[in-house]
Amino acid sequence: MSTAHLKLHTKPEVPLEADVLNTAKLAGLSQSGIEHLSVMHGNEKASLGDFFKVTGKGNSEIRLEGDLSNIKMIGAGMSDGKIVVEGDVGMHLGIGMSGGEIVVEGDAGDWVGPEMSGGRIIIKKNAGHMVGAAYRGHTTGITGGEIFVHGDAKNEIGSGMRRGFIAIGGNAGDFTGVNMLAGTIVVLGELGIRTGAGMRRGTIASLEDAPMLPSFEYACTYRPLFLRFYLRKLQENGFKRKIQDKHLNGIYKRYSGDGIELNRGEVLLFSK
Amino acid sequence: MSNELRITNGKVYDPVNNIDGEIRDICIKDGRIVESVSDDARIINAHGNVVMAGGVDIHCHIAGPKVNLARKLQPEDHRLDPHPATEHTRSGVGGVVPSTFATGYRYATLGYTTAFDAAVPPLAARHVLEELHDTPVIDKGYYAVLGNHIFLQQLIKEGRKEELKEAIAWWLNACKGYTTKIVNPGGDEPWKGKKNSNVRDIDEKSDVFDISPRDIIDAFIDVADDLGLPHPPHVHCNNLGHSGNFETTIETMKTAGDRRLHIAHIQFHSYAGKLGENPLSAGREIVEYVNDHPNISCDVGQVMFGKSTIMTADAPSAHMTQAYTHTKWINADTENESGCGVAPYNYQEHVYTNALQWAIGLEIFLLSKDPWRIVFSTDSPNGASFTSYPKLIKLLMDKDFRNEEISRVNQKAMNKSILRELKREYTLSEIAIITRAGPAKCLGLANKGHLGVGADADITIYDDQEDKELMFNAPRYVIKSGQPVIEDHEFTTDYYGKTLHVQPEFDPSIENSLRPFFEDYYSIRFNNYAVSDHYLHDHEFIPLRKS
Repeated sequence: MSTAHLKLHTKPEVPLEADVLNTAKLAGLSQSGIEHLSVMHGNEKASLGDFFKVTGKGNSEIRLEGDLSNIKMIGAGMSDGKIVVEGDVGMHLGIGMSGGEIVVEGDAGDWVGPEMSGGRIIIKKNAGHMVGAAYRGHTTGITGGEIFVHGDAKNEIGSGMRRGFIAIGGNAGDFTGVNMLAGTIVVLGELGIRTGAGMRRGTIASLEDAPMLPSFEYACTYRPLFLRFYLRKLQENGFKRKIQDKHLNGIYKRYSGDGIELNRGEVLLFSK
Repeated sequence: MSNELRITNGKVYDPVNNIDGEIRDICIKDGRIVESVSDDARIINAHGNVVMAGGVDIHCHIAGPKVNLARKLQPEDHRLDPHPATEHTRSGVGGVVPSTFATGYRYATLGYTTAFDAAVPPLAARHVLEELHDTPVIDKGYYAVLGNHIFLQQLIKEGRKEELKEAIAWWLNACKGYTTKIVNPGGDEPWKGKKNSNVRDIDEKSDVFDISPRDIIDAFIDVADDLGLPHPPHVHCNNLGHSGNFETTIETMKTAGDRRLHIAHIQFHSYAGKLGENPLSAGREIVEYVNDHPNISCDVGQVMFGKSTIMTADAPSAHMTQAYTHTKWINADTENESGCGVAPYNYQEHVYTNALQWAIGLEIFLLSKDPWRIVFSTDSPNGASFTSYPKLIKLLMDKDFRNEEISRVNQKAMNKSILRELKREYTLSEIAIITRAGPAKCLGLANKGHLGVGADADITIYDDQEDKELMFNAPRYVIKSGQPVIEDHEFTTDYYGKTLHVQPEFDPSIENSLRPFFEDYYSIRFNNYAVSDHYLHDHEFIPLRKS
């Protein structure tokens, strides 16, 4: 079984929309078939071969190499297989994906896995804004799947999220879990301000203390058993740096909110 | 190139001229239908095709501030439905509320060539005319929302009838409107002034002006008749959407006596039952009243399942919608002229109220005895987007399809409706009436909706298919003002239709009464208010009725 290996030879001058970089679209294509797949370079049509050197044939795994920070929509609509990116990626990674796995060794741009319904995205370094978010106007963000960001992520993580799991190894920006409907977000580092604004249900947990909105009410301090399982799972997935025994066994402050909505959501902040 | 055209061998449906499926030729010259053309004329062979006049939409929302608010409110709807440019046409976005270019093209691809926006506050006229100018293919116009204008209500209260007439004539000239629109008469000012306040009864005097909705409707009907407007006041009755509102609707129609009146989206005003409880159908009561009163015309405002967008000058009704949906909505105020509410909505088959609304609309269609006066609309995009017209036509023409749909929706609602017992199927000729000839007649458009000599050469040629939804979804040819715009299902050129408006005469001295009101209460100077003629671009005056 060979892998399609695409190495960037020319960095696009303006963003390249490469939603064809998806295991289903490459499946069964020869090397030249892959090179001839069309992509949008700014407002002009181009082909993958103009930017990538392709070796191997289309299969259930794609390896991408180079600085892809200007390349958007990789893995859009993916339903199975695996994409490994040895480098950085641009915006809109794995839009609406329903299965399979995307692993990025470097940084990711804004909009990682928006509106995804299944599968897993792993970012080894940092991600931009809107990780696992709803697109503007939609009330519902991700409806399933997992997003693991080992570094930091910026604002509006999991906006409108309905189901699924998002873990951030480093710090989060502002508005984590804004308008969240359900699901779980775990941030091992610090949360920004206005965490959980407008959330209806769901859980946001952090290993650090954080400023809470006045519409969140302090409920209790307790030892959430389920969180221990989540943290163990994260340890197994390589989030080793910050999770210590005290976090596994410690007690957490629980805030319920958002009071302007259903008030059924919760924010758990590590206490001691 | 010759500007002559001959359509041969088509089955022609032209109810105005009593042509019901005859094979005959249609000759076109200089954008109009003529008796004959020379032998040099281009020939379109319509063998096996159905030839009708272009569709006329009497009630839709395609331009203006509320439409733009709805566009801005729903980026998600646009993202999922891009409308790419072609060699001949421009790009846009679709969804329930498409962008201007997409609106025109999508109307054309249903065989529609004329559409009227049903509610524009005159203050927004300048922008609306610019938007309509950018709405391709179709001819268009709009109704000026004047029923809740503070100044006009003041005149009604003080009994200054002559001045009211002059003022309305002035306004229609100033804003280039087509007729007057009355929305939830009397309800705007209470709503704007006091939380959740509205008028509930047609004879309830609002505490703002001490006049009742009936007074307003009555005054506007008189003015339309005195001025000879081609289309009577277009009325959106009080209590839209409330259980038991059919009594208000019947009272509204009674107010007209034997004078002309058009009731908009009558389905939304045909609910029995008790206020605050689940609605029941009053489709039969409403349609019987309309059947018996030839002075009344109405459009149905059918609900179709799926996404829609409530957009209305009836702000309280949008607020009520939002109470169901709990999602985003907009409430807006057009200073002295109108209110406005916008709320995305989803009609669902399994929901009792939605299924009943769907059934009531169909009841009204199927019990109608006069298709010339009970015409086709979905109040696009309130009941459904205009793109669902073909499906609605199929529901009316195909009993088996209708029964299939009936079996899929909420059965409790179907048990409260007589829809199952109605076996009627519309004929192609009746469809031509409710979608073309009827609306054109209600609107007083002598040159639209038919294929007689002298009519505008707005013609649609459909493939004669068994499945009427497919048939009405993709005309083979659309000819606008004699110019083939769609040929063999493809756009072959871009075309921009004209704005239709009226120009009633008025006594210029009315400006002496208007000016102080503008200087005191408007955000715009009187001299800057009236829209100058160059905003009309291509346009046509529709002549007034001779008294």
